[in-house]
Amino acid sequence: MPELLKNEKDFVVPGEKIVESMDYIPGRNCFRDGNAIRSKKIGVVSVAGRVISIIPLNGTYAPKVGDMILGEVIDIQSNGWVVDIGIAHSAYLPLSGIREFIDTTRTQLSSVYNIGDLIYSKISNLNGPDSIHLSMDDVRCRKLRGGRVLDINAAKVPRLIGREGSMIRMIKDKTRCNICVGQNGIIWMDGENQDIALEAIGEIERQPQQDGLTDKIAAMLDSRVKPLQTQTMVTNSTAAEKPSPTGPEPEVAGE
Amino acid sequence: MKRADGRKADELRPVTIKVGVIPNANGSAMVAMGKTIAVAAVYGPRYLHPRFKQKYEKALLNTVYMMVPFSTNERVRPGPSRRSHEICKVTREALEGVVCLEEYPKAVVDVYINIIQANAGTRTAGINAASVALADAGISMKDLVASAAAGKIGDEYVLDLAGKEEEETDCDVPVAYVPGQDKISLLQMDGKLPPEDVEKVIRTAIEGCKQMYEKQKAALRERWVQKG
Repeated sequence: MPELLKNEKDFVVPGEKIVESMDYIPGRNCFRDGNAIRSKKIGVVSVAGRVISIIPLNGTYAPKVGDMILGEVIDIQSNGWVVDIGIAHSAYLPLSGIREFIDTTRTQLSSVYNIGDLIYSKISNLNGPDSIHLSMDDVRCRKLRGGRVLDINAAKVPRLIGREGSMIRMIKDKTRCNICVGQNGIIWMDGENQDIALEAIGEIERQPQQDGLTDKIAAMLDSRVKPLQTQTMVTNSTAAEKPSPTGPEPEVAGE
Repeated sequence: MKRADGRKADELRPVTIKVGVIPNANGSAMVAMGKTIAVAAVYGPRYLHPRFKQKYEKALLNTVYMMVPFSTNERVRPGPSRRSHEICKVTREALEGVVCLEEYPKAVVDVYINIIQANAGTRTAGINAASVALADAGISMKDLVASAAAGKIGDEYVLDLAGKEEEETDCDVPVAYVPGQDKISLLQMDGKLPPEDVEKVIRTAIEGCKQMYEKQKAALRERWVQKG
């Protein structure tokens, strides 16, 4: 195999040559130019066998089949719902994408999901960048009630989730706040210590690359979050027990 | 020959590029070429309204070039003018070739270029800033676009005309160059020049573009790569 001009994890700008060889295959966010493979975005190089791809450092959310995303119902049509997912194109949740059977002659679609409802759903099918189909056919999918919504840069979502969900699980455990992260960068949260969780998320969004980010966030959360009342009583008598997270935990898609 | 500001004939004005200057934009950049300062902000790809402007197979690249009223000694009347309209068009055409617009059908990518201080070469500074801002916004591009102007004063081919030089030169040739593909995406000429000189002036400008390209890359690296 010929040598790479840019190594794994190197920073590249659009148009930068990564390798000059037909032995490699351009993956996501790069393209072939003659014999060479060049980057299409600012990002870091990632090599998986013969496939070269670029992990983008910025940009709007690029939908992928299987992604869990958060969106707001903006329109109801005869056979489904139009969902705003925070990008240029809206997504469509067809009736066939929800689990229960609905007789459209008897039930109004708005009684299932109404305009303004926030839903956590999965991308079931992609037909070009402007045709995004959703489905609720996953245990994690649900309608979100109450709480608050915030928007972060979609390129930073993998950092917020962490390796196999480590970062977001830690924030949820330590703040005892219910958080639901969409791959599209829309986040919903409800419960205790929302402001502290918000601050942690803000810190991750501002400084996603810094070393020891998990430890820093952990320290920040430990110093800010007041321990549970019940927990202090337990620590007085017996060994410290981990506080159990309150309420049903929404699962988060892994990295 | 010594130039008014002491530069060599094939030397650019001092260039500073700052990336990410506008927090609310998806991508932004400020390019200062000597006393000319351009700020570009990129928004999108986002939903295009009104819908009749949407293109079925690709995104619309919307470039807006504007000189702010205080950018020159004489107040610039705000709003579109014949000149700014033309620069919007040539800027769009200089960038359209490198931006992968087909990846964002029906959407729009808005590029707003503001010249906050003008001292010749505003369209080249604007294109440089817009190209860096587009890359900063994480928009798919085949390459960056670098731009510089050149002219001929006396017998010398001079790069990156500044201030009064624009009046002394026989012609002013702004060039936008796509380094990876070795192609020109903008070529204009103001003034007169014998045919045998044209190529030499363009080559001078391309050399300037190459220098500019390195500065653009360095600026993006500085913005996105953590030090240490």
